[in-house]
Amino acid sequence: MPEKNKTKMRELDPIQRIGCFEEVALGYSKEEALKEAARCLQCKNQPCVSGCPVGINIPGFIKALREERYKDSAMILKGDNNLPAVCGRVCPQEKQCEARCILGRVPGGDAVAIGRLERFVADLEIPVESVVKPSIHKKVAVIGAGPAGLTVAADLAKEGVSVTVFEAFHTAGGVLVYGIPEFRLPKKIVSNEVQFVQEMGVEFRFNEIVGRTVPFEELVNDYDAVFIGIGAGAPRFMGIPGTNLNNIFSASEFLTRVNLMKAYLFPKYDTPVKIKDRVAVIGAGNVTMDAARTARRLGAKEVHIVYRRSEEEMPARLEEYHHAMEEGIKLHCLTLPVEYLGDANNNVVAMKCVKMTLGEPDSSGRRRPVQLENSEFTMEVDMVIEAIGQTPNAVLKAGFSSVQLNKWGSIQADEETGRTNLPKVFAGGDIVTGAATVIEAMGAGKRSAKAILKYLAGV
Amino acid sequence: MYKVISREAIAPDTFDIWLEHPNIHKRAKPGQFLILRLDEFSERIPLTIVSTAEGRVRVIIKTIGKSTYKLCAVMPGKTIADIVGPLGNPSEIDRFGTVCVIGGGVGIAPLFPIAKALKEAGNRVIGILGAAKKELLIMKDEFLPHLDELYITTDDGSEGIKGTVTVALQKVLKKEKVEVIWAIGPMVMMKFVSLMAAENNTLCWVSLNPIMVDGTGMCGACRAEVGEEVEFACVHGPEFDGRKVKWDELIKRQYQYREEEKRAMEDYLKEMGGKNA
Repeated sequence: MPEKNKTKMRELDPIQRIGCFEEVALGYSKEEALKEAARCLQCKNQPCVSGCPVGINIPGFIKALREERYKDSAMILKGDNNLPAVCGRVCPQEKQCEARCILGRVPGGDAVAIGRLERFVADLEIPVESVVKPSIHKKVAVIGAGPAGLTVAADLAKEGVSVTVFEAFHTAGGVLVYGIPEFRLPKKIVSNEVQFVQEMGVEFRFNEIVGRTVPFEELVNDYDAVFIGIGAGAPRFMGIPGTNLNNIFSASEFLTRVNLMKAYLFPKYDTPVKIKDRVAVIGAGNVTMDAARTARRLGAKEVHIVYRRSEEEMPARLEEYHHAMEEGIKLHCLTLPVEYLGDANNNVVAMKCVKMTLGEPDSSGRRRPVQLENSEFTMEVDMVIEAIGQTPNAVLKAGFSSVQLNKWGSIQADEETGRTNLPKVFAGGDIVTGAATVIEAMGAGKRSAKAILKYLAGV
Repeated sequence: MYKVISREAIAPDTFDIWLEHPNIHKRAKPGQFLILRLDEFSERIPLTIVSTAEGRVRVIIKTIGKSTYKLCAVMPGKTIADIVGPLGNPSEIDRFGTVCVIGGGVGIAPLFPIAKALKEAGNRVIGILGAAKKELLIMKDEFLPHLDELYITTDDGSEGIKGTVTVALQKVLKKEKVEVIWAIGPMVMMKFVSLMAAENNTLCWVSLNPIMVDGTGMCGACRAEVGEEVEFACVHGPEFDGRKVKWDELIKRQYQYREEEKRAMEDYLKEMGGKNA
């Protein structure tokens, strides 16, 4: 029988890591990786693969790895997944591939650490010549260079399609560069993966906002197909009184300053970021954890996560939550801010909060938080980051007025193919589903790429 | 990469810069802005477009902090890393009758394409251009062909009326019915013009220039309360009815990064001093 528990991954010590932006999870050594790979049962029916949104041949890459055929392993991995070094780090494997692993069902046992192995193989940086098929003389425009767009671009390029990616920012990666912090996903990893996509012949046009700087109709006319993968980029605010006081930020602003604009290196980099002593971060998702941990690293003395439901309903990955707790971040559950209070200079000095209790399940299946009467109290804070989710960017969407939207204001697209109401136009990722995960967006990209190929072939 | 075509000092600390851009001229309309990024270390700097010509775009900048200094130090022939635009919504130009356009300080520059478009649309255009003193008054000669009447105000009286632009606006409003006002300049100026416009029940467009990061509606840094709504200047604006803007809050938001700006500027000057030595 294999070892019951997964091989531990070394991590930076919490005291050390809150003083820097170095990656926390250090990855496996060769010995550790081989030891972990040896645990895989190589199940015939491959339950893990069915849990992977991009359908990676998991037993295949693990088998090659444990036979120390590293290049084969990397080729299998990259054949199915264009961004394995990213996915190995940020996928919620515990809810996907690893959730289906037989070893995880043994009482007290752990699933194979598939994500860590994926990261190990990807980080070997074995040059894998991407097999690009001869040109099929078709061209596709991809809007947005985030996880969905990069996946579509790479999958189509492999099949001989000429792909142009239009990106609003000055660099590729989307949420991988503006959202996820360096200590969880080093930007060097993202640029390596983007380079891999570029080497397949994908052309990137930066600083182009389709619908603003290039008309959408122009792309529809000039290209054989168009994929929209612009994400859910508009920040949501709770909208409570005092939201426009100073030192209240959306998580998107805070993280964009730090990640995309590298404000943690201010003044070497010109973009500044605020940091105060007592920071409250509202929400309990992965973005909340990212913002809280970033605030801690920038020097906040206290960081408080304020969440209206209980620990059990937290949408964040368990690992991220644990990391945050190790770093001295405090969690306040069943607490809802109802008003921000400011001083004479309009700087926030406190939040009025109420205590909550959990009632009947709501549409999300989670128990609805209900306000407790007479539970109002004040929490002193001098900075607040709201991390309660994003919505589709209404203005970016306005550039695609001919594309049909659903009742949530997202683009209406077929789940399996990404087809929209316009025959040439496909869409996927957060702009279709609302804010979700990197790998789900990549999965949608994969399915769309298949559908686009069929469409181009006239099938 | 985008080349700096020309750079001319038109007033103390104020530079008139033309940049190469392949297609911004095809789409830019009065009132819109662009964002540029000088190099890997630079901020994303939002600037209102002053004019465009085939393959080029013009901005006018006053050096106030590190980023603007760095930008104005880029010599013709050199390049900057990124330009994205046009961004924001165009001004709502129409044939209104008599309109009054008011520019203060370096805010005179973004007013220029609006004044020109209003004149072309057949309006009687009254201009009020204000500056602290004569030497700081920019673009007067360029405005003249597009104005039916021009008032100049300076804080020290070195040219035109001594006082602020509202002194001139008061005179105009006493004399004739103005259908729409445009005001671009320091926030305090826009606030007081808006108050006067409100007293006269006149629509008053102002172009907000709050702190921005991405400029595409993603971060909410540039949010402002306008009427009952929270609006993002980058995507819902930059022009709003100034009578509805909650000015005092916005002005305080504008000063949020003062300390950081000061520190960056000091470091930059030290670094430059070191190089010159």
